[in-house]
Amino acid sequence: MGETSTLFKGVKEFFIEIGDLSHFAARFFKEVLKPPFEFKELLRQCYQMGNRSLILVTVTGFIIGLVLTLQSRPTLIQFGAVSWMPNMVGISIVREIGPVITALICAGRIASGIGAELGSMRVTEQIDAMEVSGTNPFKYLVITRIMATTLMLPILVIYGDLVALYGSALVENLKGDVSFQLYFNTVFDALSFSDLVPATIKSFFFGFAIGLVGCYKGYYSKKGTAGVGVAANTAVVMASLLLFVIDFIAVFISDIFYEL
Amino acid sequence: MSFNMTDQDQITSSNESAQGGKAVIEIKDLYKSFGDNHVLNGFNMTLMEGENLVVMGKSGSGKSVMIKCLVGLVKPDSGTVKVLGKEINSLDQQKLDELRSDIGFLFQGSALYDSMTVRENLEFPMRRHKEKLGVVADTEPLVREALDNVGLAHTMDLMPVELSGGMKRRVALARTLILKPKVILYDEPTSGLDPITSKEIIELMRSIQKKYGTSSLIITHDVDCARVISERMILLVDGINYAEGTYSQLSQSTDPKVDAFFKK
Repeated sequence: MGETSTLFKGVKEFFIEIGDLSHFAARFFKEVLKPPFEFKELLRQCYQMGNRSLILVTVTGFIIGLVLTLQSRPTLIQFGAVSWMPNMVGISIVREIGPVITALICAGRIASGIGAELGSMRVTEQIDAMEVSGTNPFKYLVITRIMATTLMLPILVIYGDLVALYGSALVENLKGDVSFQLYFNTVFDALSFSDLVPATIKSFFFGFAIGLVGCYKGYYSKKGTAGVGVAANTAVVMASLLLFVIDFIAVFISDIFYEL
Repeated sequence: MSFNMTDQDQITSSNESAQGGKAVIEIKDLYKSFGDNHVLNGFNMTLMEGENLVVMGKSGSGKSVMIKCLVGLVKPDSGTVKVLGKEINSLDQQKLDELRSDIGFLFQGSALYDSMTVRENLEFPMRRHKEKLGVVADTEPLVREALDNVGLAHTMDLMPVELSGGMKRRVALARTLILKPKVILYDEPTSGLDPITSKEIIELMRSIQKKYGTSSLIITHDVDCARVISERMILLVDGINYAEGTYSQLSQSTDPKVDAFFKK
């Protein structure tokens, strides 16, 4: 009986959370096109999110490209298909691994940062102070951050993809005597428009989800300073889960178009 | 059980109090609950023009909720809240923001924006109210004047994290003054400060009131602050204005609930 009621409570809380998040997203769409626009703050957020994630994305992307190539090499050699390496790595990085890994890194780095920052502003009454001064804190803090993550993530994904391909090319160059030029020519020959477009579109959705969840958790942070930690932590967990759900839907939809 | 001050002590009616001028804030039958927690149960209050009114109450008695109702940060369940003649709850967002420029609010923890310098903190409220201030481009003189008022002009380019607790409170006060408000609401202005810094803040509040002729509503549980600054006091107990009068009237009360506030 107790377990059933706990399960019921958990399910109920889950749906309440989804409802609140949807309501938060609806408020974003309602207010995003209404003046006044906070361009200066948007640019500042874009710079902060892009610039501060750059090293992390560089290191992660490079290692992913390196490891993927090193791990795949023995199997491809076994089947006499090592010349397919640039094609395989290029397609898997551009279509799936690049966007998902970059988004997960950014979920950890950006969603937690936004959750903690807004949570701290909430508990120290900075958001209230902003509202009392006649500035809409939702527009100034939330909309600018969600817009910044939505715009910056695709750029970071493209950059991460290039770095990962460079890591892969380095392995092929050292182990397989494949020149960088040949490697990249093969990769770009293998890639088509239908590989790039869905990956870029889903990166926008990933960015939106990261910003939305980070802002939602931070903006409604409760229970004092302990709530700030909870906001940061749950923002990462929720954003990461949401990324996989979006990825599944994106792959499912692009697969339908691919078959057509 | 409500304590009727009129029967037991000499109490001044709110409408007769202070200078007898016009009311700048009027609260009537204010109710606010959070779930089963009934915070305000029919609170009434009037702040007259140029008056310093102190509302005292225990922690969790609803003081901060009441003061947040005055600027529309908390929506009451029922009751009327009029500030400068305008009913807060019937205003649209634009009108509410316009009215807010006439109300200064000093938050309990100063609430300075961590990511901005002192200068940017002071410039921030001016973004939406430049017409009122007649400012076109150069905000520097206004920022400098506000910081001069609190003796901290040299901190203009520092970050809040580089300031002490007392300095933060003074910068927050300067930020409150920058829009030249007609009413200033102080939420626990001396909480978390040492006695000497508290005295400095109280003195600053008095000098600002003299210089600009503002009306002040001070929420506190600091008896010394109330003694020095109040012209009239309200004791908030169980969500109602339990007792009302001057500091000397209330401090001599024999009612145990009132007496409890003044016991050392």
